[in-house]
Amino acid sequence: MASSIRVRAILNGENAEVQTLIQHPMDTGLVKDAKGELIPAHYIQQLTFTHKDKTVFLADWGTAVSKDPYVKFAFKGAAKGDELKVSWVDNKGATDSLTATIQ
Amino acid sequence: MTASSGPWANRRLILKGAGLVALIGLGNAVLHAAPVFAATNDNKYPEDAFKQKNAGDAIKALYGRDHEASDKIKLDAPEIAENGGVVPIAVTTSLPNVTSISFIVAENPFALAASYHIPEGTVPAVANRLKMAKTSNVIALVESGGKLYSATKEVKVTVGGCGG
Repeated sequence: MASSIRVRAILNGENAEVQTLIQHPMDTGLVKDAKGELIPAHYIQQLTFTHKDKTVFLADWGTAVSKDPYVKFAFKGAAKGDELKVSWVDNKGATDSLTATIQ
Repeated sequence: MTASSGPWANRRLILKGAGLVALIGLGNAVLHAAPVFAATNDNKYPEDAFKQKNAGDAIKALYGRDHEASDKIKLDAPEIAENGGVVPIAVTTSLPNVTSISFIVAENPFALAASYHIPEGTVPAVANRLKMAKTSNVIALVESGGKLYSATKEVKVTVGGCGG
């Protein structure tokens, strides 16, 4: 299966600019389906970015983050070709991770 | 080691172990008694803060302190969101020593939407997309140098983000 994570990390001056898109339903647990039954909450709780064993960005998410979440940030100290590891864990304990190369 | 001294040696080890565990436990208790930097120093998911229904309680659970408005925070959100399910919201700040940035949607069923840890070396700016149930104030919180600052903007929502 293709990864749920898409990352683009581009070095711009001294900043590595990171844009991430994740495929995830981010169900709030408050919405009913066509049969009128509540769809249980299913959402990513933590998203971590690691560069050279250092956490450079950590997101704590609730149910109010949109479906198929997008997030953008930037950090210093990276070089072209460095690896950036992205991983998430959701409220059901599911996880996915991906290692991107900074361009 | 003789057969008779064996059990005693074991007993001593167990006692020692119990003492250590007690000490470690104490250490944890002391750390958790100071919630001031809870949002930044510890990478645990702040379950409790995400369960709070109103903005004040969520901020209290996450940071345990008051916030003051700052003009050094730029909160970028649309005036009107046609689709409350996907509202692009971004924050940048010129405040120094930023350790975390959080987003509150005051009128949502659960006020806290997202909280981001900003370690040293990471630029204090975040863009993301949030759901909004209805027209509401969006509050961006920035923790800087151990203090909490905020910027607020009202976003009008024409179609709510809660689907059914």
